[in-house]
This record gives sequence, structure tokens and C-alpha cells, in this order.
Amino acid sequence: MRKKSYKAWLEGDIAFRGFTYLAALSLVGVVLAILWVLVEKSQLTFTKFGPGFALGSRWDPVHGVFGALPLVYGTVVSSLIALAIALPLSLGIAIYLTQLAPHWLRGPVSFLVELLAAIPSVVYGLWGVFVLVPWVRSSVEPVLGSALGFLPLFRGAPYGFGMLAAGIILAIMITPTISAVSREVLLAVPRSQQEAMLALGATRWETIRMVVLPYGRSGILGAAILGLGRALGETMAVTMVIGNRPQISPSLFELAQTIASIIANEFSEAFNDLHLSALVAAGFILFVITLLLHVMARLLVWRVARVPQGVTRE
Amino acid sequence: MNVKLLVEEFSAWYGKNQAVKDVTLPVPLHQVTAIIGPSGCGKSTLIRCLNRLHELLPGTRTKGRVMLDGQDIYSDNMDLAELRHRIGMVFQKPNPFSTMSIFNNVAAGVRVNGLRPGTKMEDIVEKSLRMAALWDEVKDRLHESPYNLSGGQQQRLCIARALAVEPEVLLMDEPCSALDPASTLKVEELIADLKSRYTILMVTHNMQQAARVADYTAFFLNGQMIEYGLTTEIFTNPKDKRTEDYISGRFG
Ligand SMILES: Nc1ncnc2c1ncn2[C@@H]1O[C@H](COP(=O)(O)OP(=O)(O)OP(=O)(O)O)[C@@H](O)[C@H]1O
Ligand SMILES: [Mg+2]
Repeated sequence: MRKKSYKAWLEGDIAFRGFTYLAALSLVGVVLAILWVLVEKSQLTFTKFGPGFALGSRWDPVHGVFGALPLVYGTVVSSLIALAIALPLSLGIAIYLTQLAPHWLRGPVSFLVELLAAIPSVVYGLWGVFVLVPWVRSSVEPVLGSALGFLPLFRGAPYGFGMLAAGIILAIMITPTISAVSREVLLAVPRSQQEAMLALGATRWETIRMVVLPYGRSGILGAAILGLGRALGETMAVTMVIGNRPQISPSLFELAQTIASIIANEFSEAFNDLHLSALVAAGFILFVITLLLHVMARLLVWRVARVPQGVTRE
Repeated sequence: MNVKLLVEEFSAWYGKNQAVKDVTLPVPLHQVTAIIGPSGCGKSTLIRCLNRLHELLPGTRTKGRVMLDGQDIYSDNMDLAELRHRIGMVFQKPNPFSTMSIFNNVAAGVRVNGLRPGTKMEDIVEKSLRMAALWDEVKDRLHESPYNLSGGQQQRLCIARALAVEPEVLLMDEPCSALDPASTLKVEELIADLKSRYTILMVTHNMQQAARVADYTAFFLNGQMIEYGLTTEIFTNPKDKRTEDYISGRFG
């Protein structure tokens, strides 16, 4: 092997190091730039309403009153509905694809799942308007209303449009992400761990429950957070089915509004500077929510992963 | 000779590669049978066919019969969970459950097969760990992860785990390959103890070990069983030239 001169090595090293520093710095720069815009452009709102903007429950551009609580509520609740539906569904898909499906079927179906993630969200929105909303109106809401109508969650007139439809469409949109990541996670469970359980006389299901899922739990948690993050920021499809009315109602059948969707809706036709800055302020809150989510995710994953996984390495 | 497990005209494939070729091997009740042979001769493959783990790998195939108490374990109505409860296994590489505590590792099999009335999980775990000569080393950290155990301790944990469900037959794939001489000795003593209640089929690379603990020995080469007989016969008076070469260390 030819020995490189110390000088050449040093130069290359410094150049490379400089480049990576720069790359890392530019990332920090982008985050700071975004933060700066959010803070700067929302100043008007925060000086007028103070931090109470986040807690105000009225969003009324005509009278110049802005409170973000209904938007925060709509954002969080629609995303949680989505997660509640998508997580079990995705786990089922991932378990089927890695444990139960015949081998020849696994590749094509996995591909199909990943393909679903590539469909543009406006297409999901169209499908939502023409298929999902009528179905929710004619079947889902009447059935839920008569079966679970004693809960305030499922009371009210079935509009079709509203929080429930938004939650369902978000669920469909994040299912490919969560199931694709969960599938990778479950694939990484060592065969030797599963065989050990089977060899004790465990059934397939017992093996999945006692070995496969526990082994993958931190990864599955990560997948769920990823999906939730996507749901929180999703705009187009939600706008098309949620009804776009900023209000807080205990009923999931009611119209609602999310931060991302109100920005998309009202930005181009904002009445005045205050309205514009209120929209940016709402964006700032969304930024904070996603930031908090990711910090929480880090902590959770770190807690779960502290139990070492990988006595046997394969 | 009372045969507990009878392998009959048995073959196994990985794709096109035939790893076990038309093997017929009796495993006598309450005896220790050893399989010896050079690396890659199909020992692990055969042993993994006896609790039907082999077929879980995609592209694998088997042919032939394995009779457990006269019943073919490859017949269609065989309940696999029940079969694997009756035929326990210790794997070649230690594979304790990494998400469970030491205690739960031993308890796992009992949980899925059901605790017999009148027995206590704590007692079963302690007894199994004692049998595997591990109790003293782990009794103060039963609820810790097995992660910090040494390779040899992990393997003895796997032995304890297999014993806890009280199988009728115990398959051991080189159970001592990760153990130091002292623990190897303990495991060999354990095997001698277990013989009165269990039927044991073990794979070993260590010929002294086969000579010490096995009543019967089978010699494998390239997927075929070359010779089978009483261990004393195989080691003192092998009939086949290839067996003689192997045990005298001339190849493999
Ligand atoms: N998962 C697998 N896929 C394909 N071929 C395999 C697989 N496992 C083993 N084989 C092949 O089957 C043959 C027998 O392997 P096996 O593991 O049974 O040997 P062995 O006698 O247990 O060897 P060792 O003493 O090294 O453990 C070998 O040729 C090996 O290459
Ligand atoms: Mg082997």
C-alpha cells in the first residue's frame, strides 16, 4: 500500500471536515431562519393578544379577534384519531407481512403499501370528498351515533365532513408510513429469538406477542411518532374534508379546523396584516407542537430502548 | 432397546442443497445419543428437523418419517406447539430472550404451556436454574436482563429454559461449545442426571465428551449417517474406515 504524505492526509482531512461542518451548520441555519420568520411575522398578533393567543377560543377574521385554541384542538384531535386507527391497522399489516403471509406474497404487498405512501395528498383529498365523506355520512356516523350515542363524542347530525372524516383520511395516509417502518422493525427481530420461543412450544401468536413485538417496541414507537408527526402537518387532504370551521366541539361529527389547513385556506385572502400575522402565529404554534412531540419521542424511545436489545447479534 | 424417537429414511434440503441424506437413526428412551461429525455434515439440520423448526426457513423441504412413541411427527394432524413442548431444544448459539429478565426467560415456556396445578413458578425457575448449574450465579439478579451474562452463562440459561417445561426429549446442539471446562463438566453431570427422566440427543464436536456422556453415538459425514452403535463400540472398534479416521483425528 502506498503511503500518503502526512501533509496530503492533513489537507484532505481538513477540507472534508470543513465541508461536513458547513453542511451541519447550514441545517442549523435553516432552522434559525424559519424560527426568525415565524417570530418576526407573528409579532403583531403576539403583541396584541399576548400568549393568550394560544388559548383564545375564537377565531374571527371579520372582527379581528384571533385565538388559536380551536385550531390546536382540531390539529391534535384529528391526528390522535388518525393514530388510534392507523397504529393497530399498521401493526396488523406489518405482522402479517413479516410473520404470516406466504413468502411469495410478501414482496408485492410490501411494495403496494409503500406505493400508497407516494400518492399525493390532494388525490387522497379528492377521494375523501367523493368516497369517504358520503360513506361517513350515510354509514359510519349513523352507526356510531346509534351504538355509542350516549358518549358526547358521537352525538350530533351526520354531516360527513368534519373531525371524524379528517381523522379517517389522515389514518389512511399515515398507515403506509407506520406499517412500512414497523415492517422493517419486525424484520430486524432475529430469527434465533423467534425460534427459541417456538421451540418451547409457543404458538405463532404467542411468539409474536412475547418475543417479536417486545423486541420491536422502541422501533414501533418511533414509527407511531413518525406517523403522528405527518398527521399533524398534513394540509391538503384535511382541508378538503374537515369542514374548515374553527370551533371546539366534543362531538367528532362536528366540523373543525386544523392549523395547517387554516393557513392554506386563509393565507392568500387574508383581510389585513393582523390576520396574516395571526396565521403565522398559528404556524409558530404548530412548529412548537411538533418540536415537543419529537422531544417527547426521543425521551420515550430512549426510555424503552434502555433495556438492551441484542443479547444475540445476528 | 426401547426406542423413543425413530428417524426413518429421512432427508432434508435447503433449496437444491441436500443437507441430510436418507438417515435412519434410533434414539433410545432414557439414554444419551450423540451425533458427531465434521462441520457442515448436517448435524444441526437433522436436529432442527426433529422439532420441525427446519421447515420454517423458506425454500426448505424434508422427506421421510420421524416417529415419536410410534407416531409420525410429520403427519398432518401433528400439533406443532404440543410437539415442541414434548421435544425441547438447546440451540448451538446461546439465544436467551433479550427483552425478558433472567427469571422470565426461564418462566416463558411454562407460561405458554400452562403452569401445572399445585406448582409455583418461583420453584420451577429455581429448580431449573439449579439443574443448569446457574442458580448461584444469578440468584441475586433474577430480574435483570440476561444481557450482562457471559456466553457460557447465557447458554446455561437456555438449558434451564428448556428444562423448565419438562420435555420428554431434549435436543442439544453443541450445548457446551460456548462453555469453559468447569461449566462443561457441570453440564455433562447434568446430562448424566437427566438421563433417568429424559431422552437426550446431543450434537458435539468434542469426542471426549461423546465418549464420556453418550450411550450411543452416530457418526455423520456429508449428510449421511456412516455409522451408529454403542459409544464404546464406535470409539474402540469402528467398523467403517471413515469413522476410524475421524475419531482418530485424521480429518474433519
Ligand atoms: N440456513 C441455511 N441455508 C442454506 N444452507 C444451509 C443453511 N444452514 C445450513 N446449510 C447448509 O447445510 C449443510 C449442513 O449444515 P449444518 O448446519 O446442519 O451443519 P452442522 O453439521 O451442524 O455443522 P457445524 O458443526 O458447523 O454446526 C451445510 O452444507 C450448510 O452449508
Ligand atoms: Mg451445527
